[in-house]
Amino acid sequence: MTPAAPHSPDTPGELMRAFNRLAMQGFGGVLPVAQRELVERRQWLTKEQFVEFLSIGQIMPGPNIVNMALMIGDRFFGLRGAFAALTGLLALPLVLVLVLAALYARFAAEPMVAGALRGMAAVAAGLIIGMACKLLPTLARNPLGRALCALALLACVAGVGLMRWPIAYAVLGVGGAAVLAAWWRLGART
Amino acid sequence: MSLGSADWWPFFAHFLAMSMLAVGGAVAVAPEIHRYIVDERGWIDDTQFSAAMALAQAAPGPNLLFVPVIGYAVAGLAGAAVALLGMLIPSTTLALAASRWGSRRREQRGVRAFVAGMAPITIGLLLCTGGLLALPFVRAPMAWLLIAGTVALSLKTKVNPVWLIAVGAAVGAAGLL
Repeated sequence: MTPAAPHSPDTPGELMRAFNRLAMQGFGGVLPVAQRELVERRQWLTKEQFVEFLSIGQIMPGPNIVNMALMIGDRFFGLRGAFAALTGLLALPLVLVLVLAALYARFAAEPMVAGALRGMAAVAAGLIIGMACKLLPTLARNPLGRALCALALLACVAGVGLMRWPIAYAVLGVGGAAVLAAWWRLGART
Repeated sequence: MSLGSADWWPFFAHFLAMSMLAVGGAVAVAPEIHRYIVDERGWIDDTQFSAAMALAQAAPGPNLLFVPVIGYAVAGLAGAAVALLGMLIPSTTLALAASRWGSRRREQRGVRAFVAGMAPITIGLLLCTGGLLALPFVRAPMAWLLIAGTVALSLKTKVNPVWLIAVGAAVGAAGLL
């Protein structure tokens, strides 16, 4: 076990409020806010614990931040804590985004509203491409090596993006092959 | 409302499957949700799909919330609930069951190979999602400028994305795209 963090939440309710607060600050991704709120501000987790939760959250399927909320809540208060954290993370943002969606559905025919949504969609495309670009350098330390990483990435983009494969082919086929290659490389190194 | 009573199960089952395939975040499976909901089933069109993605980006909260917004566009509040539950149930069950298992074994070869092998796939899928959202703008040079500017600013600065979204909304509302 890594050393304990200086503080911990007193009740599941406090956990829920903390996750609600960080979710409401998160535009275009909650993870950076989660780090600031849980590690720096409230000091419920050490930096090492946060990275540990993040890497387990990434191994598992499903949204990273949801997995992290469940695991962090589970660590403090068991199942009650897990659902308190999940509720805090999702409830209020869900209501807000559905209100926005309902408003949009009512005014979609207005040219200004349709135009604004087009502009927002273009920015959303840029934000997601930017996020992908920010993650690219992490592949330099990947045990697969640069060439195989590039090959897997390009196969995935060509298959899903251009040829419109079902994503299962990319994840199970290309991803499976890449996992086997990584397994082999990790063994060859030791 | 475009879902018949025979459509609810395939709709729910699609999100159950997406939950298990979403390695590296919910946004990574957006191209697959688009392929199924828009191309194969025709429950909503391209414009509604992009609008759902844009609305979710404009609101605070996890990116995952684009899923209930798409569900809402397909079948109202019930659609939103079914889509979100489908997206959450398999992965949350697995996360709770496996968190202790994974934390004890994260140094093991199998777990490390899985993380390493899936990393390029995750990034590839994110690029596909970005490309999918950019597709409606192939013939709109102003939008290309906006997309490229957003990529550059998000790489070079720590500007809060909400301001970029606001600029996009203003440019679009002014009819410049």
